[in-house]
Amino acid sequence: MTSTDQQAFLSVRDLKVHFSTEDGIVKAVDGLTFDLEKGKTLGIVGESGSGKSVTNLTILGLHDRHRTAIDGEILLDGKELITARESELEKLRGNKMAMIFQDALASLSPYHTIGKQIGETYRKHTGASKQEARARAIEMLKRVGIPQPDMRVDDYPHQFSGGMRQRAMIAMALVCDPELLIADEPTTALDVTVQAQIMDLLKDLQQEFGTAIVFITHDLGVIADIADDVLVMYGGRCVERGTKQEVLRTPRHPYTLGLMNSMPTLDGPVDVPLSPIPGSPPSLLNPPSGCRFHPRCSFAEKVAGGLCSTEQPALEVVGGRGSACHLTPEQRQEFFADFAVSRHN
Amino acid sequence: MFRFLIRRVLGALVILLIISAVTFFLFYAIPRDPARMACGKVCPDDLLAQVRANLGIADPMPVQYWHWLEGIFVGRDYTGVGHCNAPCLGYSFANNQPVFETLKGDIPTTISLAIGAAFFFLIIGIGTGMVAAVKQGTFLDKAASSFSLIGSSMQIYFVGYIAMFLLVSQLHLLDQPSYTPFTDSPVAWASGLLLPWLVLSIIFTANYTRMTRSQLVEQLSEDYVRTARAKGLSRRSVFFRFAWRGAMGPIVTIFGIDMGTLIGGAIITESTFSIQGLGLRAVRAVTDSDLPMLLGLTMIAAAGIVFANIIVDAVYALIDPRIRLA
Repeated sequence: MTSTDQQAFLSVRDLKVHFSTEDGIVKAVDGLTFDLEKGKTLGIVGESGSGKSVTNLTILGLHDRHRTAIDGEILLDGKELITARESELEKLRGNKMAMIFQDALASLSPYHTIGKQIGETYRKHTGASKQEARARAIEMLKRVGIPQPDMRVDDYPHQFSGGMRQRAMIAMALVCDPELLIADEPTTALDVTVQAQIMDLLKDLQQEFGTAIVFITHDLGVIADIADDVLVMYGGRCVERGTKQEVLRTPRHPYTLGLMNSMPTLDGPVDVPLSPIPGSPPSLLNPPSGCRFHPRCSFAEKVAGGLCSTEQPALEVVGGRGSACHLTPEQRQEFFADFAVSRHN
Repeated sequence: MFRFLIRRVLGALVILLIISAVTFFLFYAIPRDPARMACGKVCPDDLLAQVRANLGIADPMPVQYWHWLEGIFVGRDYTGVGHCNAPCLGYSFANNQPVFETLKGDIPTTISLAIGAAFFFLIIGIGTGMVAAVKQGTFLDKAASSFSLIGSSMQIYFVGYIAMFLLVSQLHLLDQPSYTPFTDSPVAWASGLLLPWLVLSIIFTANYTRMTRSQLVEQLSEDYVRTARAKGLSRRSVFFRFAWRGAMGPIVTIFGIDMGTLIGGAIITESTFSIQGLGLRAVRAVTDSDLPMLLGLTMIAAAGIVFANIIVDAVYALIDPRIRLA
């Protein structure tokens, strides 16, 4: 997320994704900007409905075009994706940019064998023969650590275990060595040991191929494990960004702080209850005035003049580090100090 | 797959046996003397006694049922009438003809009706359903939905008579409905049945349009369809190889039920167009209280439905590996 004069590999500029529904316009993503370099991982964190998945479906062009209005720029290796024709996108999807979805059982076709589903992507983009595609599928299954890949290649998804299905999904996404990989909560449905294996697998593959990864999650632990940079989303907007160390060690936005306080720590006292963020995510149909987080923010009344409920704080970014909050740096230092104490005592 | 089929066929035979027993006892339990029905209106006592003996009615009911089953598998002898070759379903009370021979003559007619109608309602129904699903929410979609609603609320005897009046009597576009065996002349076979096929398909198409549309709309929003798009596959190949594959199951199911029903006898259709098939035969058998004929018809209808279901299950297993490999 460093701002250089050179164009980043993936560059999203002021992206707005609005859906029209019967009840009105849903502003799912409302002005999002970020860059991602090759070989780096950007972690996008946020609650359900914060716009993180929509952002990534939009990058791939998988949104419903009839109902969606998109504004802004998405540049992949210098190529504008928003205005690209469907046929051009079809050549990029699965090839230069690929996606791993959350629920592998629902996301894999129940009607086709694993090998066929992996090989089909390969055939589509390389024109390989059926035999070549099958050999490639076996190779990919082996690479993601499926035992007996030459036999399992003919299995159907329902014959795989949950962890194996997710591995197969990753194999499918990586079959054409994509330069951009979007992983939408790929480990959320898995148990912790499998989760760790999958994360290691992604890291290995990234090292090998220099893939740029966008990793979507609501789990800060996963972010701490894999991300280089972090972007925190709330209500369709970025509220905080920076390197992993910056965001996780010295959070600047009350929402980020809230996310961290709602997570258990290994070294913390066991009898102190977790403190969840009160309230629920904002309606994107009718977002709160001013700062979208202010109804749930415990610091909102400390800002002079009720600014939080009237004026949207701007995201000020210096050197890739920024947050969108009305609190002054001095206030932040004072109020957030408690956090540091409670976390590290 | 082979073992699956064997198991289903054996199961079907058991079901048919049970159906035959229930029907047999129901028919013979009705408080009317079958001998008197078989004998006719003017029936002197000595003749009645003879008929009774011929039919074996003096025997206890289970014995009668056994003889009836025996007739189906090995044939049976009727005193005073002679040997009835297997499969023997007895002799009609109405005209003393062997029931099986009579029905054998009607089956091709009814099957021709069913298959021809299916050809039209599948193509039209699934085709419009697909268009409606792809063009969701557009004028085309709404038009297809409206027409299917109108079609499904029509009745054969209504549409049938209007169509006959307009297309046959007035405009002379189609031939008067009639049945010519396919083997005699395929052209006469098709042109004689075209009107009943079209009328039947008006009624049935609606179901398939609605089913195809709703299934496809559901499938198109499935995660795995999105994944297929994320792989770079074209809309067309995602539609046919993923969404349509998933949508087929329920369509095959209702098709199986419809075919079973149609083969069991399109009673109203055959009566409307005066085509001599199983349906019209059933109407006559009921008016004549022709018990052996009714029993035979019931068995054929039951067999049609049971075997249509086996085929549906087999097709389902072919479509969905989760069923095949379970």
